[in-house]
Amino acid sequence: MLRLERRPQPSKMWSYLTPLIAVAATMIVGGLLFAALGKPPVEAIKTIFWDPLFGPFASYSRPQLLIKAGPLILIAIGLALGFKAGIWNIGAEGQYIVGAICGAAVALAFYPMDGFFIFPLMILFGGLGGFLWAMIPALLKTRFGTNEILVSLMLVYVAEQLLAAMALGPLKNPEGYGFPGSRNLQQYEAAYNAEIIAGTGMHWGVVAALISVIMAYILLGRHVLGFHIRVTGEAPRAAGFAGVHTGRLVVICLGLSGALAGLAGMFEISGPSGVVSIDFNVGYGFTAIIVAFLGRLHPLGILLAGLLLALTYIGGEMAQMTLNLPSAAIQVFQGMLLFFLLAVDFLTNYRVRIGQKEAV
Amino acid sequence: MDFSAINPVLLIASLMVAATPIMLAAIGELVVEKAGVLNLGVEGMMIVGAVAGFVTAFETGSPILGFIMAAIGGALLSLVFAFLTQFVLANQVASGLALTLFGLGLSALIGQDYVGVKPPPTPKVNFGALADIPVIGPILFGHDLVVYLGLGIVAGTWAFLKYSRAGLILKAVGENHDAAHALGYKVVRVRILAIMFGGACAGLGGAFISLIRVPQWTEGMTAGAGWIALALVVFASWKPWRVLIGAYLYGGITVLQLNAQAAGARIPVEYLSMSPYLITILVLVFMSADRSRAPAALGKIFHASN
Repeated sequence: MLRLERRPQPSKMWSYLTPLIAVAATMIVGGLLFAALGKPPVEAIKTIFWDPLFGPFASYSRPQLLIKAGPLILIAIGLALGFKAGIWNIGAEGQYIVGAICGAAVALAFYPMDGFFIFPLMILFGGLGGFLWAMIPALLKTRFGTNEILVSLMLVYVAEQLLAAMALGPLKNPEGYGFPGSRNLQQYEAAYNAEIIAGTGMHWGVVAALISVIMAYILLGRHVLGFHIRVTGEAPRAAGFAGVHTGRLVVICLGLSGALAGLAGMFEISGPSGVVSIDFNVGYGFTAIIVAFLGRLHPLGILLAGLLLALTYIGGEMAQMTLNLPSAAIQVFQGMLLFFLLAVDFLTNYRVRIGQKEAV
Repeated sequence: MDFSAINPVLLIASLMVAATPIMLAAIGELVVEKAGVLNLGVEGMMIVGAVAGFVTAFETGSPILGFIMAAIGGALLSLVFAFLTQFVLANQVASGLALTLFGLGLSALIGQDYVGVKPPPTPKVNFGALADIPVIGPILFGHDLVVYLGLGIVAGTWAFLKYSRAGLILKAVGENHDAAHALGYKVVRVRILAIMFGGACAGLGGAFISLIRVPQWTEGMTAGAGWIALALVVFASWKPWRVLIGAYLYGGITVLQLNAQAAGARIPVEYLSMSPYLITILVLVFMSADRSRAPAALGKIFHASN
C-alpha cells in the first residue's frame, strides 16, 4: 500500500517542481483530449504553446501576450494575498466588471472634453469601483460572519446584469443608432489607454501589473502586513496571539484584490476592449484563480503563470482558426491544469511511503 | 403592470418546477457537508449533468435514460474531487473551484453540437382523475416524475440522517473525523460515498434544467444555480426539511420575478434578473448569525497520521 507521511517542513524542491509537472501532465492529457476530438495532438499543443511566440503569425500574436497577461496577473496578485490568508475572494470577475463600468462612466461623463486629468481620474474610479464591490462581501463577513465565497460569487451575476443594464441604458452611445454598447473609448483620446510602445502590447495595465508584482513581493517579504497574511493562513490561532486583527485583514485583503481587479477592468475597457457591452467580460476573473494557484501564490510565480495562461488564450484562438478546435477545449485545458496542480501539490507537504500500516 | 394576470394556482405549480433543480443539488450537498466535506463544485457537476442528460436523452429519445446518465455523469465528476481531497489531501475550496471551472469547459465542449435542438419531452406522471381536482390537482398531481423524485430524496435523506445507523456514522464523521476514525469507521470511504451522492444529485438537478425547465442546451445554462444550492444549505442550517422550504421560497421568487418581467414591469429586465442573487445574499446574511449548526469538521482535511 502507498501511504502519505507528513513532512516536517514543506519541500522547497517540490514546490518549484509541482507546477512544472502539472503543466507537463496537462499537455499530455490535453493532447489525448485533442486526439479524441480528432485533431492532431502534437500539432495542437504546438499551436497553443509555440506558434503564438515563434510561429508564422507571431508578429501579430506576440503583443497579445502582454495584453492578455496584464489583467490576469493584476487580478491574480490581489487574489493570492487573500488566498494566502484563507480569505477566498472568488468574485474577481464581478469586481473587474464594476471597475470597468466606473472607469468608463468617468470617461463618458467628460466626453468630448480634452484633459490630462481624465485618464488618472478613470484609474482612480476604476480601482474604487472594484474596491467598493469587494467591500460588500468583506463587510458582510466581518459584521455578520457571512461566507465571502458565496457572496462574492453571487455578486458576479449581479455585476453581469449591471453591465447589461449599463450597455443598454445610461452608458449607451447616443450616436449608436440604437445599438447596445457605449461609445468606443479607443476613439476618445483623453481616455484611451493606448500602447506605450507601439506594437508591443505594453499598455498602462501591463505596467500596473508589473508594479503590483513588485509591491506584492515587498509586502509579503518585508512588511508586517505580509507577515500577518502569512501567519493567518498557516496558523490562525497563532495569528491571534501575534496581534493580528482578523476583521481588518479580511477588509484589507478583499479590498486590495477588489481594487486590483477593478483596475484590470478599467485598463481593459479603456484599451483593448474599448466599449461597454454585454460581452465585455471573458472570464479573466476566474482564470486568475488558476493563475494564482499555478504561481503558488508567489508574486514571481504569478508573473510566469499569468504569461503561460495568456499563452493558452492566444494559442487557443489560433488553434480555433487553424485546426478548428472548439473554443471550449481551451477552457477544459485550463481547468485540467488546476486539477493536475492540486493533484501533485501534496508532494510538497507529504512524502509517499510504501508500506502497510493502518488502512485509512 | 398587471399582477391580476398572474394565476396563483399556476404560480404554485410552476414554483415547484423552478425549485426542483436547486433542491436536488442542495440536498446532495447537504449530505456531503454533513460528512464534513465542503464541495464548491456543485455548479460544475450540475452543468455536466445537464449536458450528459441532454445528450443522452436526445440521442436515445428517452428522458429517463438521460436522467440516469446525468446522475452518473455528476457522480463521475465528483470522483475527481473525491480523489483530490481524500487521497492527495488537496485544499477543498480550491478543488471545488477547479471542478466548477473544468465542468463549465467540459460541458461546453460536449454540448457544442447540441445547441438549438429540442430534447424529447419528459412525460408527466398520470394520476388519472386526481389531476382534474381544482386547485389541488395542478399543484400536487400535474408534475413529471423528477419533481416527485426530488421530494422523495429530501424525505429519504431526512429519514436516513435521523433514523439509520449509517446516517449516524456519516454525521459522526462530519462532526469529528478523528474520533470517528478512532472508533474504527472508515472516514475516507464514508466521505467518498457522500461526495458521489452529492455529485449524482447535482447531476440530476442539472438535467432537470436542460430537459424540463428550459428545455434545451445552451452554454453555462445553470447560471449560478449550483452556487445558490450551496447558499441554500447554509439557509437550511443543514436540515433536510428546511432545504425544501428554502428551495420553494427561492422558486417562488424566481417565478414572481419572471412573471413581473412578462407582465411588463417598469423596471428594466436586468434589474429584475439580479433579484434572485441579491435575495440569496440577503438570506445568507440573516442565516449566518448562527454558525453553530454547521458540521464541526466541515472543510477540514483528514489524515490518519495527525
